[in-house]
Amino acid sequence: MGINVRNLVKEYGSQRAVDDISFEVRTGDILGFLGPNGAGKSTTMKIITCYLRPNSGSVDLDGYNIEDHANEVRRRIGYLPENNPLYLEMSIVDYLAYSAALNQVEKNRINSRVREMIEITGLTKERHKLIGELSKGYRQRVGLAQALIHDPDVLILDEPTTGLDPNQIVEIRSLIKEIGKEKTIMLSSHILQEVEATCDRIIIINQGKIAADATTADLKRRASGAERVRVQIAANGSAVGDALLALPGVSAIERDHDSKEDLWVIDSKPNQPVREQIFKLCVENNWILMQMTPVHTSLEDIFRQLTNKN
Amino acid sequence: MHTIWVISKRELSGFFDSLMAYIIIVVFLGLSGFFTWLSSNNIFFTGQAQLFSFFGISYWTLFFFIPAITMRSLAEEKKTGTIELLATKPITELQIVVGKWLASWILIALSLAPTLIYYITLMNLGNVDHGGIWGGYVALLLISAVYVAIGIFTSSITNNQIVAFILALFVSFFFQLLFDVLAPVLPSSLSNFASYLSFSSHFEIMSRGVFALDNALYFVSVTAIGIILATASLKRRVWS
Repeated sequence: MGINVRNLVKEYGSQRAVDDISFEVRTGDILGFLGPNGAGKSTTMKIITCYLRPNSGSVDLDGYNIEDHANEVRRRIGYLPENNPLYLEMSIVDYLAYSAALNQVEKNRINSRVREMIEITGLTKERHKLIGELSKGYRQRVGLAQALIHDPDVLILDEPTTGLDPNQIVEIRSLIKEIGKEKTIMLSSHILQEVEATCDRIIIINQGKIAADATTADLKRRASGAERVRVQIAANGSAVGDALLALPGVSAIERDHDSKEDLWVIDSKPNQPVREQIFKLCVENNWILMQMTPVHTSLEDIFRQLTNKN
Repeated sequence: MHTIWVISKRELSGFFDSLMAYIIIVVFLGLSGFFTWLSSNNIFFTGQAQLFSFFGISYWTLFFFIPAITMRSLAEEKKTGTIELLATKPITELQIVVGKWLASWILIALSLAPTLIYYITLMNLGNVDHGGIWGGYVALLLISAVYVAIGIFTSSITNNQIVAFILALFVSFFFQLLFDVLAPVLPSSLSNFASYLSFSSHFEIMSRGVFALDNALYFVSVTAIGIILATASLKRRVWS
């Protein structure tokens, strides 16, 4: 059950929120939709869920076009909108039953579906509470349960973990991963670790355009070509900086002025054993290497590079 | 049809959970009861086994009450964003609007229902004009249908309940009174139309027990226009 997005354009007045985006989500993928705030993530999702209509371009879900067969598309999608809107005055059970009925779950299956969803999302203890009485993490689970209630093939989750504490984030993530084994999932986030932890594929979007579209592993490989290390060297004399810069594997160095110690942040050239070279340099000059810490670059730098061009 | 009922049922239980329904029913019953039986112009004063005073007061109470009932319906959903959940379900905007309309209308019918006691009481007091009373009830229900539709429409164009309330009163006021007031001063071609649009003439005819199809049709069509406008206003978002 794939999603096929072609040349999507959406304008709000004179502003182009989504600018000629094309991509595909294959069945069973967990796709991360990553971008800074205001990049067009939510707008794209709202178009796929038939909430908004694009100015041009088209979206097909399993061969059903969002404009010609809106209800066929909606039936197949479970959607968690941004900020997870809920009816605070309803109880969880009532709300889920209501969602199920609106999603045309057969009447005699509604109760069992509701029970199942409550179990899967870990809401059993809270099930008779009003949604308004729940903490944010539990509300998020209700939002997920609501999206899953009709057993959709595609899940679209707009920032599913915003506002949660770290424990809740981990729980929701593992829940999404668990669900993702059987379903096509598209989730958006402006937090990189989020997407890195849950998704097989990442699309980075910036100012309405796709900046990168690759598997998580690919992006990581791209990122890990160059590494960044923090080095502290005890040496008498000031030649350390020049010597470091002279190393074949070093592309840039920067002295960390905030600390009293001689801390250097070193960027390597791609695919160079820079840490070995630094170590050998110290040995040759009889300097004492106090610390050498790889600074985790991974996707974060790629993300920054791609989204900070101007 | 099932979908509409699902939406209505949720709305209705919302009215009862929030005590809104009880307050409306009790206050409505209190007001209409007072004016019908206790005020200086009460039934015993007029000396007729009729419910004119009840229908007169209901005519105005409903005018104020209905916007208060409907103001929340769509404005709140728009404000909290739950409209996005509704609109992305495999249902149509028309079903949403009709569901909401039906719920408010049923609530009005439920508040009118206890006043049937007045009717029963009257039957024991004297010779009742049954046609007039049933006509009056039908007229009240039809007028309510229009007001609810107006209220749902004004609720659909804003996400502020107070704005929805005031707009609903404003629009309803034209039907309630202003068209009547305007009719004599407008040029003759418009004048007839204005007095046709006014509720009072239709209401009067019906509460005299004359059930004319064109009167009913009038109320039904204004209701339909309200519902269509509300649906269109919900659909507008896809083009925004």
